[in-house]
Amino acid sequence: MATLRINGQTHEVDADPQTPLLYVLRDDLQLNGAKYGCGLGQCGSCTVLVDGEAVFSCVTPILVLEDSEIVTLEGLGTIDDPGPVQAAFIEEQAAQCGYCIPGMIMRAQALLQKNSAPSDDEIRTALSPNLCRCGTHMRILAAVRRASETMQANEAGAG
Amino acid sequence: MRRILLGIVVLLVLAAVGFFALAWRSEIEPVTAGTAAEFDPELVARGAALAAVGNCIACHTVPGSKAFSGGLALPTPFGTIYSTNITPHPETGIGQWSEEAFQRAMREGVDREGNHLYPAFPYDHYTLVTEEDNRALYAYLMTREPVDAAVPDNDLPFPINYRPILAGWKLLFFDEGEFEPDPDQSEAWNRGAYLAEGLGHCGSCHTPRNRFGALESGGHWSGGEAEGWAAFAIDETSPAPIPWDGDSLSFYLANGWHPHHGVSRGPMAEVTENLGTLPQADIDAIAAYVASVMGEPDAERQSRAQQILQEVESGPEMQAVNAASQTEAGSSDEIGAAIYQSACAVCHEGVRDLPFGGLHLSMSTAVNAPNPQNLINLTLYGLPAADGVRSAMMPGFGAVLSEEELLALFTYIRDRFSDQPEWNDLAERIRATRSGEYHVRVLPSDGIERGPSNIGASNDDGDT
Amino acid sequence: MRQDDAKSGVTRRSVLAGSGALVLAFSVRPLFAQEPTVSPPPNGAEPPGPPGSLEDAPFLDSWIRIDAESRITVFTGKVEFGQGIKTALRQVAAEELKVGPEEIQLVTADTARTPDEGFTAGSQTMQNSGTAIRHASAQVREILIAEAARRFDVEPGELRAEAGQIVMPGRDPVPYGEIVTDQLLHVRAGPESQLTIPSEYQVIGQPFQRVDIPAKVTGEVAYVHDLRLDGMVHARVVRPPSQSAELVEVDTAAVEAMPGVVSVLRDGDYLAVVAEREFQAIAAMRRLAEVAQWREEPNLPDQTRLPEVLESLERDVGTVAEEGSPEFSGDVYEATFTRPYQMHASMGPSCAVALANDEGVTVWSHTQGSYPDREAIAEMLGMPLEEVRVIHMEGAGCYGHNGADDAAADAALIATAIPGRPVRVQWMREQEHAWEPYGPAMMTKMRATLDENGRISNWAYDLWSNVHSTRPGGAPSLLAARHRADSVTLPPPRLNISQAGNGDRNANPPYVIPNKQVFWHFLPDMPLRVSALRALGAYANVFSIESFMDELAMAAGTDPVEFRLQHLEDPRARDVVELAAERFGWSSEQLPRGRGRGFGFARYKTLAAYCAVAMEMDVNPETGRSRVVRAVSAIDSGEVVNPDGIRNQTEGGIIQSSSWTLYEAVTFDDTRITSIDWSTYPIMRFRDVPETVEVHIIDRPGEPYLGTGEAAQGPAAAAVGNAISNAIGTRIYDIPLTRQRVRQAFAQAGG
Repeated sequence: MATLRINGQTHEVDADPQTPLLYVLRDDLQLNGAKYGCGLGQCGSCTVLVDGEAVFSCVTPILVLEDSEIVTLEGLGTIDDPGPVQAAFIEEQAAQCGYCIPGMIMRAQALLQKNSAPSDDEIRTALSPNLCRCGTHMRILAAVRRASETMQANEAGAG
Repeated sequence: MRRILLGIVVLLVLAAVGFFALAWRSEIEPVTAGTAAEFDPELVARGAALAAVGNCIACHTVPGSKAFSGGLALPTPFGTIYSTNITPHPETGIGQWSEEAFQRAMREGVDREGNHLYPAFPYDHYTLVTEEDNRALYAYLMTREPVDAAVPDNDLPFPINYRPILAGWKLLFFDEGEFEPDPDQSEAWNRGAYLAEGLGHCGSCHTPRNRFGALESGGHWSGGEAEGWAAFAIDETSPAPIPWDGDSLSFYLANGWHPHHGVSRGPMAEVTENLGTLPQADIDAIAAYVASVMGEPDAERQSRAQQILQEVESGPEMQAVNAASQTEAGSSDEIGAAIYQSACAVCHEGVRDLPFGGLHLSMSTAVNAPNPQNLINLTLYGLPAADGVRSAMMPGFGAVLSEEELLALFTYIRDRFSDQPEWNDLAERIRATRSGEYHVRVLPSDGIERGPSNIGASNDDGDT
Repeated sequence: MRQDDAKSGVTRRSVLAGSGALVLAFSVRPLFAQEPTVSPPPNGAEPPGPPGSLEDAPFLDSWIRIDAESRITVFTGKVEFGQGIKTALRQVAAEELKVGPEEIQLVTADTARTPDEGFTAGSQTMQNSGTAIRHASAQVREILIAEAARRFDVEPGELRAEAGQIVMPGRDPVPYGEIVTDQLLHVRAGPESQLTIPSEYQVIGQPFQRVDIPAKVTGEVAYVHDLRLDGMVHARVVRPPSQSAELVEVDTAAVEAMPGVVSVLRDGDYLAVVAEREFQAIAAMRRLAEVAQWREEPNLPDQTRLPEVLESLERDVGTVAEEGSPEFSGDVYEATFTRPYQMHASMGPSCAVALANDEGVTVWSHTQGSYPDREAIAEMLGMPLEEVRVIHMEGAGCYGHNGADDAAADAALIATAIPGRPVRVQWMREQEHAWEPYGPAMMTKMRATLDENGRISNWAYDLWSNVHSTRPGGAPSLLAARHRADSVTLPPPRLNISQAGNGDRNANPPYVIPNKQVFWHFLPDMPLRVSALRALGAYANVFSIESFMDELAMAAGTDPVEFRLQHLEDPRARDVVELAAERFGWSSEQLPRGRGRGFGFARYKTLAAYCAVAMEMDVNPETGRSRVVRAVSAIDSGEVVNPDGIRNQTEGGIIQSSSWTLYEAVTFDDTRITSIDWSTYPIMRFRDVPETVEVHIIDRPGEPYLGTGEAAQGPAAAAVGNAISNAIGTRIYDIPLTRQRVRQAFAQAGG
């Protein structure tokens, strides 16, 4: 039995501690955001946040996550109330098949939490571990820029 | 009293004059950059191969920028030095350099205007290069695309920022002079020695440095450091569990990996990527020379190597399970074993062959070396993908493994996959690396393109 | 519903009796149809077929149903895989039904519910399903108006449909749901429809947001991968290590004893595990793979000798096009190009869920063809067709025939072994890479001469290729069926020259050339498993033709764009070429060293969308690294339904094709595939993505839909090749144009 903090909630999970986080998210907690892409940490479809860092959930056993704060796509917003990065992806229509997009959103979220005004180069570099096969890259970049603007405006508004 | 004073003044003046005489180098007249047509294409082609041996592009190119346009930050213990633009641009590059000026820079470490160069430019090795080869290199560089790119000023403290002081450094640590073949050795050996000791400048990284940044005399190839990576000993003290020989070195240098040694990474990735373009004879020559410096492994090393190879051949998965079950429940060793089993074994004991599968860690030099740095670097930052070419990849685990978990993992790995004693500086190195205090440059395994800057630990700007 | 029926007194019989009159009524109304107007048939001959896919599924209620609450459901036999058709098809229906697109429910390919529209392929969804739904919607609207007119005794001309209601003078508007009755829409579609005229479009041509994106970006159930049924178990297949491998021995006892393992299946060379939890299934699969012993044959060709290999496989030749009598004398220009095996390489490995019970087998799959896949699966299982149902759910982008159908077969086969429990199968990454059918390797050889005016006078084009489609049409196309004990093998395909083309797609150049001949040297044997990859042969054929056009332009001393225009007569072709060149700022001026510009044009399938792409590339000859800096395209895919959908598809096509062209080749040794993950089959990453990609659309309201999805693949590839060639002053004839090849070509050219 492992205890995990996911999207602000504590979950008791009855899974082998060596199980990669991805399978616990998808199968035990029925969270669809993180996707299986390669199981090797090569494509980024499974990206989630662990203590604010973008992490490949497919190669991260839950045994090293007991004290960590995990955030998945579902933790950023809902279909009725999407978070700023999700909203930006909808606004820019930044998806074709969309399978890679949750990972892109999580990596963008990690970047923007640390640097709310990244340069284009910084965005590309940050997204480089993640692959997209449909060729949606231009829109993904535009969505991250848009999210950055929203988040800065929110910060300014809050401050 | 007055006489004494006068004497002191005279001595000081003499010293100053002497120093000046020692330090002073004349400017060589600028020339108008030649055109490509002035150079024999065959000479240019030879220069291309030599530039690959020298790995010039690695230091003289900021990733993503034009080749040879300089500006790459090279962190040293003394401060940051920026590599020069060596394209033939007349203002920002070496377009005004005559061949004579280029020859002098390679031979003496002095630029066209007569300034001493910092030994970050490894003229202590390049001085061995023949005039003929320098001519080819010059032809190659002068026919590259001239790039208008000014390089930032070096960031060095006084008095190191005062270039004439380098004359003193040279007096102490620099032996000028072309390579002299050893008549007792074969032609291939001499060719290998010439390339490895000269343009190849292996010793720049693989030889330890003293506190003046000079190569330690007597420490030839006994292991050094480069850009945050251990450059392992490549003499008879090589820590490779499976001893290198001419064939394995040749394969490794040409391909950037070997089934018994893994893939080259860190700054070595750039070296092998470049060497991959050389004629096989030159690679073989370098390999033969390096193997001769390493010497024949003794019987004990050889039998241990045989044993490792046999173990790796026999069902690896079962071994791992047994090893994990033998550990004490809840112990640090158990944690280390569990992390290894769940995060590492899939690739490192998987079915995939090298270079795209992971190396069995009992064959890993990083695991068996006296210094755990490379194991730490790889685990934290992984091996990022090269852009658009097949390359070995490994995910980094820096974001999810705590210092305690890393310590447990490495201790377990060291214990299980080597017969070496525990690393006593392990915890400190983990801490310093993770915190970014110890700078590491992270490169994909093909080397030519440097890795994404956010993968490295350091926040400094030298990475991009 | 029942109440309405009683009130209106309409019976099924009455409607059926009236349907003939309705159809007749439509066909005499003035038309703005997309299809050419068809005259009424002379004296009782077979009536002309209705447009698009309506011909195969002629009943209107196969396509559109409206319930008593006025909820509209549209059925399509096509599927969504990221190309945005769920949105575009809703727009088409909404336009004619006079409602908002969001008010329409769309059901995609389900063998129990939707029409059979074969495969979703060839950029034909808008042509087939879009046209059918458009006409069906317009006819339904007119039926509703006619019915309202009859019921309320008003002249039909005084009624109109608006916002889901029939509006009439002197009465409150009546919602569709109150007019529609049980069998009102169960009528055959007529050959003609009263389509909304372009000037009155409300919905068509608007960039409506994709309906599927919000769920995808918030983690709702969006893919078959996300489907969880009660009591579902997880299965993994242990694929052989190579296509020649035969299972010699496997001791399953240890695996059966592993935690969570429900069952280990062996049927000939087919091996699979089923476990309660997904990761247990993976662990069991790994163990099973370790203990399985296989016998393998080194029967793969030498990939370093691709041209010889392809030539040696030739068994037949077909004439694709022939005009005049080509003669080659004087200055003859020649070139040979090759294209390696390339992958779909979907981001999400193929997945399916299946449930077997007394009623039969139900399979949820991201197949591109639910009906053909059902046929293949039924054949494999030896079950009657009616007992197999295939329901489409989205998967990751497939770009053609990837592992989807095979995963569906895996799930179906495994499910029949444990009836009553739903089985989810997902392929592992290395299985997807190693077992998906690849885009076939090709070689093309061309010869041409120029006349005294610098125009092409003679042209010969020869291509060597396998067939580009081995989709399910039967069990032999499924891996599971091939690996089972009573295995079936695919009969060798035959050469077939069609208008839209296959391996020969776009082999006939779009240019006016007086003497030309085009041959397909056909290779029936497939040393590597191949099938449809986005654009089929058009990718390599357009790359070859457009590269060669640049060489001929250079020989003629003419600017490449000008040279193309000199040989183009079709005004729509000229329009896209000119628009792309203009927006790009095309010129013949020398670019700075290390930069190159390139152009590519094609009319997809020679009968569909027109697309031109201009590119500027940055090429570093020392490292060989090449990067697209900017791409500017122009596309004409007929009438635009959703401009943003066209843009999205074209941008994606340009980037994907650039990735194919710069980096991608499936590698293999003499026995096994060695491209088994992203490390060994690299695709474009963000650092190499262009700075800008522009798509300029030429809208042709009222013209037929021409499809979009595959139009950019060939032109983008050609633009990449031509831009690199322009930058380094020499050409690379073999795809991919890798760093190593760029470096070598540059060095050989005296760089």
